[in-house]
Amino acid sequence: METITLPHLPNHPLQLLLFRNVKNAAFLRQQLLDGNTDFEYAFLDAAVILSRQHVLAACFKAINGISQGRLKSKNVHSEIVFDMSPNSNISESFRRFGVSDTTKDILAIKVAPKDPAQVEQHLRDSVRGTTIFITDENLASMTDQARIRKAYKVDVVSQEAEAYIIGCIAIKGS
Amino acid sequence: MASSQEDHPLQTQPQPRTLPPPFNTSPAPCVLIAQGAESLLYRTTFLTPTQPAALKVRPEKKWRHPTLDKRLTRQRVLAEARVLVKLSGEGIVAGGGGRKVKDPKKGKEKESGGDGGGEGVGVGALRGVVPAVLGLDWERGWIVMEWIEGVTVKQAIYARDLADEAALKGLLRRIGGVVGLLHKAGVVHGDLTTSNVMLRPTVSSSSTTTEEGEKTKVGDGGDGAGLDGDIALIDFGLATQSISDEDRAVDLYVLERAFGSTHPKEEGLFGEVLEAYGESMGKGGKVVLRRLEDVRMRGRKKSMIG
Repeated sequence: METITLPHLPNHPLQLLLFRNVKNAAFLRQQLLDGNTDFEYAFLDAAVILSRQHVLAACFKAINGISQGRLKSKNVHSEIVFDMSPNSNISESFRRFGVSDTTKDILAIKVAPKDPAQVEQHLRDSVRGTTIFITDENLASMTDQARIRKAYKVDVVSQEAEAYIIGCIAIKGS
Repeated sequence: MASSQEDHPLQTQPQPRTLPPPFNTSPAPCVLIAQGAESLLYRTTFLTPTQPAALKVRPEKKWRHPTLDKRLTRQRVLAEARVLVKLSGEGIVAGGGGRKVKDPKKGKEKESGGDGGGEGVGVGALRGVVPAVLGLDWERGWIVMEWIEGVTVKQAIYARDLADEAALKGLLRRIGGVVGLLHKAGVVHGDLTTSNVMLRPTVSSSSTTTEEGEKTKVGDGGDGAGLDGDIALIDFGLATQSISDEDRAVDLYVLERAFGSTHPKEEGLFGEVLEAYGESMGKGGKVVLRRLEDVRMRGRKKSMIG
């Protein structure tokens, strides 16, 4: 588990867990669809995550959005999934970046947890997969280049693409 | 009326600038670096505590009608961001706009557009040449960009070793080459001066970041670090997306005039910039350089008479 406090957002620490080889993605997706309030997390499909920076950019945008009273989706967690997407189509962003029945690796994010220990326990109990460190290397090993190319309409998936993709996230919605 | 207690508005202390949220309540420092007519530039960190970033704030202008102020701020923040994102995606974005990016060699052969506008300039060719956009809020009027290490070309030329003309020529050629790439990508800068061109210490590998950058930082006071380094362009506040020869020529003209007045002793070497520009712009370059001669005759503004 990792806790990240984004610069300038001291009141919204992020609690993150990266799961590999998740067996019950369909169950998790169902919890989100049912609106189960025990599952107020952002579940991201790690296959479309390029790097730590990539995720953090979306988190910053989502948290800044709620602080300014500009939510496009239900809550800050769904907003993170939405803000990963380069366009403003909510259902498409959930389909592309959220958890689907076939999702293998999941990055789970909880914003400003009241009880971090309880959140971690609940995630470890609910998500059937092995946790690994959230390093750029581990994320890269999970990346599905074809899906990133499609989602961001890029030809190249590399270090060079990161700046462009983060820029797209930043100006999206304008 | 004229009581002595009443502060004259012009004599009051400069008010501490209020930053827009979330920066106003942030424990991370935002250090004011520069101030222009439209905006304030701070150095801070973004996304991670170790990543330096440039925060550009366009404060509210109280004398404008609030609705108009909001619209103008939004337009300008977004215009700058869009240009930077477009440039950082150069050679990376999938084949939109008839751009050949997958195979640069094949692309060159096929390109037959007369003005050479909108050609791809190669995979990530402008990555590192312009700052990446990390975040923005057009409602609140701020944009955070990648921090560019190094000194301005203006500082570097002022501090240069006068005996080494070859180094200066090399620098000018690198500037011309970068401006050519910029124009080729369909963007004109709008405010090319030697203060808006940075000389960043060459980083051998792209993975070495801040620590390395700090160590090899070009010295503050001409410590012989010289004119080596990579060129980066900053301040795209006046940049526009354009492929017209006129706009490109004016862009060069502005640089030429700014260079001449900032560096009168070096003025004679400006031809190096233009030569390298012509080479990096390719086919369209010659037309722009010819147009530049017209612009020199009349000045930046196009005559509206006759």
